[in-house]
Amino acid sequence: MDTMIDVPTQKLNPIKGVKKLPLEEFFTSGHRTCQGCESALVMKMMAKAAGPRTIVLGSTGCMYVANTTYYSTSWVVPWMHTQLGSSGSAAMGAAAGLKALMRKAKIKREPINVIAFCGDGGGADMGLSAISAALTHPDYNLLILMYDNESYANTDIQLSGSTPYGAHTTFSPPGKMKRIMHRRWKKNMAGMLAAGHPTCKYVATVCMSYALQATNSVRKALSIGGPTFIHSLDPCPKGWDYDPILSHELGELAVSTGVWPLYEVEEGVLKLTGRTKQIAEGRSERLPVREYLLKQGRFAHFTDDDLEYFQSKVDEMWEKWLIPGVIPFRKDADTATPVRDGGNGSA
Amino acid sequence: MAQMGAAIEQPVEHTALITGSEAIAVACKLADVDVITAYPIRPYDTVMQYVAKLVANGELDCEYIVAESEHSQFEIVKHASAVGARVFCGSSGVGWMYAFEALTVTPALRIPMVAMVGNRALDDPGAFGVEHNDALAVRDLGWQLVWVDTAQEALDTALIAYRVAEDRRVFLPCAISCDGAFLTHSQALVKIPPQETVDAFLPRYNRGDLLLHPDNPITVAPQANEDWLMEIRRQNAAAMERAHDVILEAYAQFERIFGRRYGNPFFEEYETADADVVLVGMGTLSTPVKVAIRQMRKEGKRVGFVRVRWFRPFAAVELARTLGRFAAVGIVDRDFSFGSPYLSGVLATEVRAAMYPAVRRPPLLSFICGLGGREVTVPDVRRMTDLVYQAADGKQQASTQWIGLRE
Repeated sequence: MDTMIDVPTQKLNPIKGVKKLPLEEFFTSGHRTCQGCESALVMKMMAKAAGPRTIVLGSTGCMYVANTTYYSTSWVVPWMHTQLGSSGSAAMGAAAGLKALMRKAKIKREPINVIAFCGDGGGADMGLSAISAALTHPDYNLLILMYDNESYANTDIQLSGSTPYGAHTTFSPPGKMKRIMHRRWKKNMAGMLAAGHPTCKYVATVCMSYALQATNSVRKALSIGGPTFIHSLDPCPKGWDYDPILSHELGELAVSTGVWPLYEVEEGVLKLTGRTKQIAEGRSERLPVREYLLKQGRFAHFTDDDLEYFQSKVDEMWEKWLIPGVIPFRKDADTATPVRDGGNGSA
Repeated sequence: MAQMGAAIEQPVEHTALITGSEAIAVACKLADVDVITAYPIRPYDTVMQYVAKLVANGELDCEYIVAESEHSQFEIVKHASAVGARVFCGSSGVGWMYAFEALTVTPALRIPMVAMVGNRALDDPGAFGVEHNDALAVRDLGWQLVWVDTAQEALDTALIAYRVAEDRRVFLPCAISCDGAFLTHSQALVKIPPQETVDAFLPRYNRGDLLLHPDNPITVAPQANEDWLMEIRRQNAAAMERAHDVILEAYAQFERIFGRRYGNPFFEEYETADADVVLVGMGTLSTPVKVAIRQMRKEGKRVGFVRVRWFRPFAAVELARTLGRFAAVGIVDRDFSFGSPYLSGVLATEVRAAMYPAVRRPPLLSFICGLGGREVTVPDVRRMTDLVYQAADGKQQASTQWIGLRE
């Protein structure tokens, strides 16, 4: 009995230019996402990148609740809800089921894309262990895409492990005694997964302000074989508190301030991409973080001290990390790391 | 040895000395299960050890995944089942509870998963032994729940469970409860049917228009809210209602094809024909109870035993009719339900509810015993029977007593 037959992946070549993008949509009308929702754009481009022979599994979150109202689904491809922390398990289950059925000749043998998406709450918090497990299984072709709008946005904007330092959420409101309620630094999800799962062939960070690159990233993740992971940073007008017209610009600012480095790790090889590469090579200026932060109401309570602290942490990422923006190890002990007070204004 | 070029071999049943867990692993092989997920917790994990050996030896062709938690274990097979794979899973005690969210949505999604529960106490405090509270925790959610008594019954019931669960009229998961240690780890001679016989009994899993596949691009489990949720719940209720007759059909077919007879599928009656009083219980409790009944009958006491197999669907009408024949009934729970009516166990509460509309309602006594795997002894059974006789004479209040308890 041959149990080692591999199911091939679809060969999805990179799309060369926006005008070459397929016109056909697999995530269409019927959803109720907010104006300026970048995560909806992620869904649209992800589905476009993958094409019709695809199964999409969606964890609980905005992209479940807002997209799949009964009788008005926006999904053209088959779609199934999965539990909040189950994107990894959902992808593995569907991929394993298809693989077994194809091997045993119970269904037609063909490459079918399996994509499971999760938000930052479902991915970086609750679903981390299942995603990690999925990335260790070389036998299954699957993509886990985490759309990160930096809060539990569907349930009223509560902080997650992916919410940036100091942000005002409904679980971390600035108050009279404590200005900074959320004192944790954002989890380095893509770096952690790439470093921790050496057999995973593809991990990437994307942002839909650079839509073509993000779309091609999805195509590469689906073609390369085995389990893969993409982390997308999605500006969220409701959660970040800004005019929806600024979504695209905020995505660009996240990258050009160095807050959100774009990179991919393909077969273990790290490549910085887009504007991030230009910054790293000194061909483009890294903008001050205040230009990004002060456009968002969630940071409106920040004092100059807070902005400075945030800037210093991002500077560290770029100047002191062994692999800038990706891996936070250092060559030498550092005594000059700024120490924060309680954030209560009494330094 | 069959000769070379001999005519078609007749399917042959063979007998093996195996545990309850191994019997279910053999059933997985016979049922040609496609995806199995494992995660360790005693005592159910023995089934996955046997499954792993079958896979390693090439006897079972399935995707066998060791998950990183019970929650993932059940979520993985849930999605595999959605794309059309026959799946098997299982757990015990707090492991089953760790999977609870996944267990909740599995019947709601009409996933005909078959799972084994190696019944175990819900520690803390730590206890490996049997209690039925783990499996019973899902009793309201749409899981079919069946308790088995022997390794043979475990194997047969697993095959029946696939047939019932995957029947389009049902499409609900089924958990097979095997008492930890007493059944999971005890060996007995089991007749293992030939593959041809199983194939004649068990059709292929066909998910039909609910299949998640690019050829059938449906959206599964959208946001329904108050607009539709109630209608969807009602469909699940109707499926569970239909399961009753599908179970009857499946056992009738099983008897016809395998030649092994279980009689009434929902509960086994032992020495009830002329009984004055009976005890009611589930699982391997039957061993000490049957031994005690044989002793007591030699002494002229007409005692019987009703062993409930299917707890969901619950055969309330049949059970009430049967129990109405006796002068008094003692219900033996290997579980607890703190603060429940009359402080009884779960089974007693269900039986009491089933009896309410009955024409004949004998006195009901409720017993809680054997928790955490504590042995239920023959003297324990005799003591319970004495109390039931007293109830028949109107000398015992209908209440709950803990048996075998250190006072």
